[in-house]
Amino acid sequence: MTKEFKRPDGRKVDELRKMSAKVGVVPNADGSAMFSFGDTIAIAAVYGPKKMHPQHKQNPEKGTLRCNYNMISFSVNDRIRPGMSRRSMEISEISKWALEPVLMIDNYPNMVVDVHINILQANASTRCAGINAACLALAHAGISMKNMVSSVSIGKLDKQLVVDVDKKEEDWEEGEGATDIPITMTSDDKITHLQLDGKITNKQLKDAIELARKACKEIYEVQKKALKESLGEEK
Amino acid sequence: MDKVQKTSNMTGERIKEYLSNGKRFDGRNLEQFRELIIEPGISKNAEGSARVKLGKTEVLVGVKMNTSEPYPDSPNKGNLMVTTELLPLSSPRFEAGPPKIESIELGRLIDRAIRESKLIELDKLCIKEGEKVWTVFIDIYSINDDGNLLDAAGIGAIAALKNAKIPKYDEKNETVLYEESSGKNIPLSKDIPVSITAHKIGENIIIDSTREEEDISETRVTIGSSNGIVSSMQKGNSKELSIKEMEHILDLVEKVEKEISLKINKSIK
Repeated sequence: MTKEFKRPDGRKVDELRKMSAKVGVVPNADGSAMFSFGDTIAIAAVYGPKKMHPQHKQNPEKGTLRCNYNMISFSVNDRIRPGMSRRSMEISEISKWALEPVLMIDNYPNMVVDVHINILQANASTRCAGINAACLALAHAGISMKNMVSSVSIGKLDKQLVVDVDKKEEDWEEGEGATDIPITMTSDDKITHLQLDGKITNKQLKDAIELARKACKEIYEVQKKALKESLGEEK
Repeated sequence: MDKVQKTSNMTGERIKEYLSNGKRFDGRNLEQFRELIIEPGISKNAEGSARVKLGKTEVLVGVKMNTSEPYPDSPNKGNLMVTTELLPLSSPRFEAGPPKIESIELGRLIDRAIRESKLIELDKLCIKEGEKVWTVFIDIYSINDDGNLLDAAGIGAIAALKNAKIPKYDEKNETVLYEESSGKNIPLSKDIPVSITAHKIGENIIIDSTREEEDISETRVTIGSSNGIVSSMQKGNSKELSIKEMEHILDLVEKVEKEISLKINKSIK
């Protein structure tokens, strides 16, 4: 790796933006949380487990997880028209796949767990922030889980790998341009989600996964701390 | 599951009993607002924004601006658009999907309170007559619904408008440069319209109702007014009101509106 690589905001290549996490931000919900990477802020709320309605959608073998990812209209510079887009529908599904492996969803036959993720402010890596918030909200709701997941986006700017991509980096045009690789991992290093847009060699992708593994450890600590703080408050 | 159910009859009876003694479950009297917290400027990508908390009720309001063609009947005036999304995140009662009547009505009520009071000087938002004007989008999102989203949204809309800065407009390329602010505020008149909603429960009139109270309310009146001048009004739900009751609501709202507009002014300066 080249030592002199300069990121637009001056971070080190393996440095995450300042993270913050808080549990219990939506009193109405069964579980809720906020998670942010710098200026990217996501909140998530969990409702359930509750009886699946309509009845024909009930699965007597296991419960159902439903995710709903949505960016609020003023989260970005160019106002987004309210409502679901093709992009948000895909990310909703991706988030579900990222979270489901750690949920003991078999414990909830005929039931449904709804996870609503809303991006309040966006500066890239919104799906990662959303997944991190959603995982916290699920834990806060007391849904049976085997583990936590943490999500981070790894970027390749020209030839350089960086951790936690922001908007300026996402739009990187010099050299080979930007490759964006959002990755979600459990705390015991299993990958539950990986996407990639751009161009990257086999070797570098392996390095990217290793970077993600380390970053996810840091994120996991932030998530754990937020959950412990919420317990402190309630006791 | 139970959370989705409306206030039970027994709780409803108890609320009515309390109200006839001038009391409410949370210790307020009939004419009192919950604690109001206004946080302006909570979003970096919006031109203006605010978070409003009324007790446990929370809304986010953002103002975005873009240029567009004016409407044929107002070639020299900017446009205003108010949208509300009742997020499924904010309550087990709200579902994803196309907007329902509750959120449409909420947006329209706020729209009228702002439009009819002439709060925004829309004629100052004209770039080129008949061709290009600013459109002001006010987008309202519920974060937690514990009743009276309407008044919280109205307060949030005012706070976000007061907080907003017009982005720079590049006349040559006809594009909006969101990264650069023109440094100008949205031109607003001095009188700020506050919308206050009163509910009738049993024989009593209350303001700033909680979710529990709203459930058993038989009728409501929303009034947008500024310094005692009413500029928009809507009676909702089917139950009738006597003239005396309507007059009582008008007097009550006039009194409360002053308090609230003071609070708005304080939190924004």
